[in-house]
Amino acid sequence: MSDVLAVADHRRGELRSVSYELLTAGRELADAMDGELHAAVVGGDVERFADRLDCEGVDAVHTVAEGEEFNHDVTAAAVTALADAIDPDAVVMPNSVNGLDYAPAVATRLSVPLATDAVALDYDDDLTVTREMYGSKVETTVEVTDEPVALTIREGEWAAADGVGDAAVEPFAVDVDESSIRSTVRGFEEVGAGDVDIGEAEFIVSAGRGIEEEENLELIEELAAALDATVAASRPIVDNGWLPKNRQVGQSGKVVTPTVYLAIGISGAVQHVAGMKGADTIIAINTDPDAPIFDIADYGVVGDLFEVVPELIERFE
Amino acid sequence: MKVLVTVKEVTDVADDFEIEGLAIPETYLEYDLNEWDDYAVEAAVRIAEDREDDVEVVAVTVGPERSEETIRMALAKGVDRAVRVWDDALADADLLDPTTTARLLAAVAEREDPDLVLSGVQAADDGFGATGVALADLLDMGWAAVVNDFDLDAGEGEAAVRRELEGGVEELTTVSLPAVLTIQTGINEPRYASLRGIRQAQRKELTVHSLADLGLDPAVVDDDLTLSGMAKPESESAATLFEGSAGETAAELETVLRDAGVGAE
Repeated sequence: MSDVLAVADHRRGELRSVSYELLTAGRELADAMDGELHAAVVGGDVERFADRLDCEGVDAVHTVAEGEEFNHDVTAAAVTALADAIDPDAVVMPNSVNGLDYAPAVATRLSVPLATDAVALDYDDDLTVTREMYGSKVETTVEVTDEPVALTIREGEWAAADGVGDAAVEPFAVDVDESSIRSTVRGFEEVGAGDVDIGEAEFIVSAGRGIEEEENLELIEELAAALDATVAASRPIVDNGWLPKNRQVGQSGKVVTPTVYLAIGISGAVQHVAGMKGADTIIAINTDPDAPIFDIADYGVVGDLFEVVPELIERFE
Repeated sequence: MKVLVTVKEVTDVADDFEIEGLAIPETYLEYDLNEWDDYAVEAAVRIAEDREDDVEVVAVTVGPERSEETIRMALAKGVDRAVRVWDDALADADLLDPTTTARLLAAVAEREDPDLVLSGVQAADDGFGATGVALADLLDMGWAAVVNDFDLDAGEGEAAVRRELEGGVEELTTVSLPAVLTIQTGINEPRYASLRGIRQAQRKELTVHSLADLGLDPAVVDDDLTLSGMAKPESESAATLFEGSAGETAAELETVLRDAGVGAE
């Protein structure tokens, strides 16, 4: 038997959507390996979570009732113990912020290879993991020459599992040594909405690294004023302190769904796209014709923003 | 107090690069200090500057001789000394499992015995995002991943950290020391090296260790991940691209924008 163990992701009382994507990735891999799919959830309302995770194709759901919120010490210990018990050929975990907070420790404890941020998995005697390098400029395949293997999968790359399965729900007791708990979650904070909620904006003009200098933000603000749009930005602009965090679009910032999203000097890293792909019309201005932003844009100009934007402002003033 | 900061010289590829087999030819490659590590270096140096007691900041890297240029930049920014791990066995490896990299760094960390280790969240080139946490576990230390703010309370032997989760949510967590924190971009404003710093960096200690020096079997780098393919992703672009002068393309954009309702009173 070559089983697969897929570990769900939850936060503040809800399963995160990647949990269901993990089940699809896990089922595909289990089929290719001719094994069973075991799902696991550690902490939180495990019975309710197990009920949700019992989708079509899931053979068993293991619940570890330890704590309310995610704690990496508990999760790493529980997943390692479960892997020892089930002996899967692959442990599939989310490439979320919390997934990356315990998956490496699972790999070191099990002494197995670790491939993170997989966007595709193929199994034909050996496992081949597709992952990106240099942002998303290069796609690589990586052969994993030994099993078991620890994997994390990128969110949004697999369809969510659905349907209702008939998996056995099996509580799993883990003896978590108190001295091994070295971190305590004290609470959560939402990044403040501040003066504006870009999540509500109808038109967004968004600036990226391509604007080069803080002074050039004025040009973006002028354009936004001319278009009656809201100013937003990609991560580097916020990291530099040029705009506050509540203006950041992307995985760690806000998800926006405007009628028009005008991306200026934004390359379109996957973390950014996660926050704006729901816009009705996406327009990009970028000097690099290979920039991934053009993969998602409806309209684009391959050109110098410092030439195009002033012309555009003039037309709307 | 001793702070160890892990750094990596990363490669980036120029626009219009080509791929030959499983590699990108040298002419298309640009080298730089990993962006995330730049923030980790800044955080480490600030600890040394802000604390009353003596703090030694040591940088550790896995990289070939050419990476010394990048490591010297970390020294120029205020790191006290550096350790570089390299070996012929590493020169032959095409891709390292992040847990393998962590094993090499752990061998150095065990000798240095730091109170705090700062790592970048991920490397800009291979983007595993796993080395710091693997390192912590191998060292039997506490850890926190994706930290965008932290406050050391060395007296209490703990750090209060803020972890950046998805969707604009931050987690407040306490971690006992010694610990590895993986540092997110934006946590501070990395300084530029001063001319004085660059001069001083030339005289700072930079020790090179082979795997044997660290008591490691060269077979450790012969791990189970092998690069088997490399390609430019196929463009899925369905975008209508406007060509012409800035004036012409702006006119086309105006039409699209007005059609979508922009500029309607």
